[in-house]
Amino acid sequence: MAHVAHAEAQAGHELSFWRKYIFSQDHKVIGIQYALTSMFMAVLGGLLAMFIRLQLGWPGQSWPLLGRLFPSGMPDGQMNQAFYLASVTMHGTIMIFFVLTTLLTGGFGNFLIPLMIGARDMAFPFLNMLSYWLYPPAIIILLASFFVSGGAAGGGWTAYPPLSALPGAAPGSGLGQTLWLISLALLILAFLFGSLNYITTILQLRARGLSMMRLPLTIWGLFVTAILSLLAFPVLLAAAIMLLFDRIGGTSFFVPAGLLIGSVPVDHRGGNPLLWQHLFWFLGHPEVYVLILPPMGMISDILANNARKPIFGYRFMVGSIVAIAFLSFLVWGHHMYTSGMAPVLGTAFMTTTLVIAVPSAIKTFNWLATLWRAKIRFTSAMLFALGFLSLFVTGGLTGIVLAQPPVDIYFQDTFFVVAHFHFVMASAAIFASFAGTYYWFPKMFGRMMNERLGKWHFWLTFVGIYATFFPMHYAGFMGMMRRIYSPQIYAHLQGLQPLNVFVSIAAFVLFAAQFIFLYNFFRSLFRGPQAERNPWRATTLEWEAPSPPPHLNWGETLPTVQRWAYDYSPPDMAEDFQPQAAPAAVPTGRSREGRGDGGHAR
Amino acid sequence: MSEALQVREQHRTTASAWGGGESPFAVPWAKLMMWLFLLSDAFTFAALLTGYAAMRITAGVWPGAGMKAADFFHVTTVVGPMTFILICSSATMAVAVGAARRGDHRTTVRFLALTVLGGLAFLGMQAYEWTGFIREGARLTGFVGELGGKIQPMFPATFFVITGFHGGHVTSGVIYLLVKTIQASRGRASAESVEITGLYWHFVDLVWVFIFTLLYLI
Repeated sequence: MAHVAHAEAQAGHELSFWRKYIFSQDHKVIGIQYALTSMFMAVLGGLLAMFIRLQLGWPGQSWPLLGRLFPSGMPDGQMNQAFYLASVTMHGTIMIFFVLTTLLTGGFGNFLIPLMIGARDMAFPFLNMLSYWLYPPAIIILLASFFVSGGAAGGGWTAYPPLSALPGAAPGSGLGQTLWLISLALLILAFLFGSLNYITTILQLRARGLSMMRLPLTIWGLFVTAILSLLAFPVLLAAAIMLLFDRIGGTSFFVPAGLLIGSVPVDHRGGNPLLWQHLFWFLGHPEVYVLILPPMGMISDILANNARKPIFGYRFMVGSIVAIAFLSFLVWGHHMYTSGMAPVLGTAFMTTTLVIAVPSAIKTFNWLATLWRAKIRFTSAMLFALGFLSLFVTGGLTGIVLAQPPVDIYFQDTFFVVAHFHFVMASAAIFASFAGTYYWFPKMFGRMMNERLGKWHFWLTFVGIYATFFPMHYAGFMGMMRRIYSPQIYAHLQGLQPLNVFVSIAAFVLFAAQFIFLYNFFRSLFRGPQAERNPWRATTLEWEAPSPPPHLNWGETLPTVQRWAYDYSPPDMAEDFQPQAAPAAVPTGRSREGRGDGGHAR
Repeated sequence: MSEALQVREQHRTTASAWGGGESPFAVPWAKLMMWLFLLSDAFTFAALLTGYAAMRITAGVWPGAGMKAADFFHVTTVVGPMTFILICSSATMAVAVGAARRGDHRTTVRFLALTVLGGLAFLGMQAYEWTGFIREGARLTGFVGELGGKIQPMFPATFFVITGFHGGHVTSGVIYLLVKTIQASRGRASAESVEITGLYWHFVDLVWVFIFTLLYLI
């Protein structure tokens, strides 16, 4: 390991504990900081989901023990409406912005980008550190909102005005909503700093020989995601500024004239709540793809690695990522079919939404073709990658249903929509995160995770997800509203109560199963067997570095890339893979360098 | 060299520029990052201006019956000249960048200082316009006084938010330029960093052209 020592020497000096682990500018430390903080938030967001299921499974039931823990939210152990709505809002906000976005781009993005492109660090490490250190203050402000008068925001993660614009509109519309906006504005800045770094790093710092069309699909996913965040989040920032002015300055950007709150007319006029919906969903829909493009890239790499086959149709995989990203800016209106939209416009948005199914289907079929007749290695990472495929298809199909205005007018704001996006976006993205964790854990910490526990975790989670979310399609079909506090007061929903109990129990099992993962993660962190440099026999560059990689990643010289990222099972070779940086030594047969068509001789 | 060969040669050089190990645009990372930031910032302004357009279109009459936005401002005596000054400051900035590239430190510092002066003059005149507007009864929430009921409340609101957001950009630009001027006077500003400062400044000017047109003229 002489070259490692040399790299350390190159760094020149021993860093103090603070500079090394807390205010670190090393992309690997920042990535792990992002990942661990996101894990903490995931437990919190999951806990809030349990509150939601508690209420929906047993509405009106008294839970004395919980009542003692949450005296204001659950007086006498009975959950009140404000606490329920705050749980729904915060579950969505935390899971989408504070868990999945931060984990996938902040966690995996930071750790993997420089390693997979053969760079020593991000282009601007200081800005990278700044990006992370905006995240904890945003969390503190968000969590503080639970303890202010009126409680946390209750207007949904979409924060539709006038609920979110007028402090008197609902209990959570007070200080809680203001803190929600400030917290989100801080996080948007963090994403902006991150995206600037990711795009610049991937464009500028690729190792010699690593052309764009030789990049692993993980990097393509993260690259295009960074472009999406760079262009979509500023629009939310502008909308948040206007909403803050409405709340604090008394302007009326999003408040129409003649609005009554508690039969008292409000002192606002001239605004338009639809403007918020347009601006929000202009961000909101690309945001969905911010959550799904990195997973698509990550599982492409994991599938190819464990199938021991090149990814099928590499060029189409790249093209479809780019196509999905482009189309994602043209579909926001499909969230607003019932908000008052000209039918012609609805048809246009339906068309663009249906078109986006084409590149998604290309990806799905390419993944299946990659698996075709492969000798699959069923590692925990691979199981979760396959689980992603299943969830993505299940959720994607209901997406086509919801894209059509006549159907969506019926399904809008029902549990059918909840089921749809929990499959296609939430569960799929979290499955890819699990797959990525099992796969890259050895590189991150230099130890292996326990495969046996990983498999238990997979099967319980996989079955748990389907048991939790699949019945929700039916509940939505029967007309159950998505944010309803007390479904039992409607005659047509009373028959659904046994189903809701089943869903709630499934959700509890699902949540409990995640502790297997947490146990495995932290136990392996300290007790796991030492990982070798390349335990999965993978081709990509990060496996060239030691596990865990030292500061500045590489020894004296940066790796030089010879071929594309998917040279698995090359013909006439002893090994069933050729690392990207291995010197060209193809004994017989034609060279496969730089081939991007994914064809393979069998 | 035959033409076909030339084309092939060209193709090979572009391929190698994207082939890794170097910047495909032959720029340092800091400049690329500034371009990306400006792209992102352009989307923020675009969203604010879209909001303004939505307010204005849904309002019907704007800012009030029989009134023009220009009636409330000194378009020819103050706003026009301050726009001219801001555009001139872009020109002085360009001279500073050119001088920095030549290694002419004196001219760099001098023209950076002139750019700072231009920015300050713009901010002063903008403050004057705000004062006049407020004296006429404009408040963030709408007009007060005799014009109170006759004017769309979102007219002053959009004006203050958008010009305020732009003014914030100009202010940070002036601070950025001041830092760069001090660095340049000590010989510590690279030509590259002066150029990057210039990118930001030109962007702020460009955005003003849109704001001037949309908020004052039409």
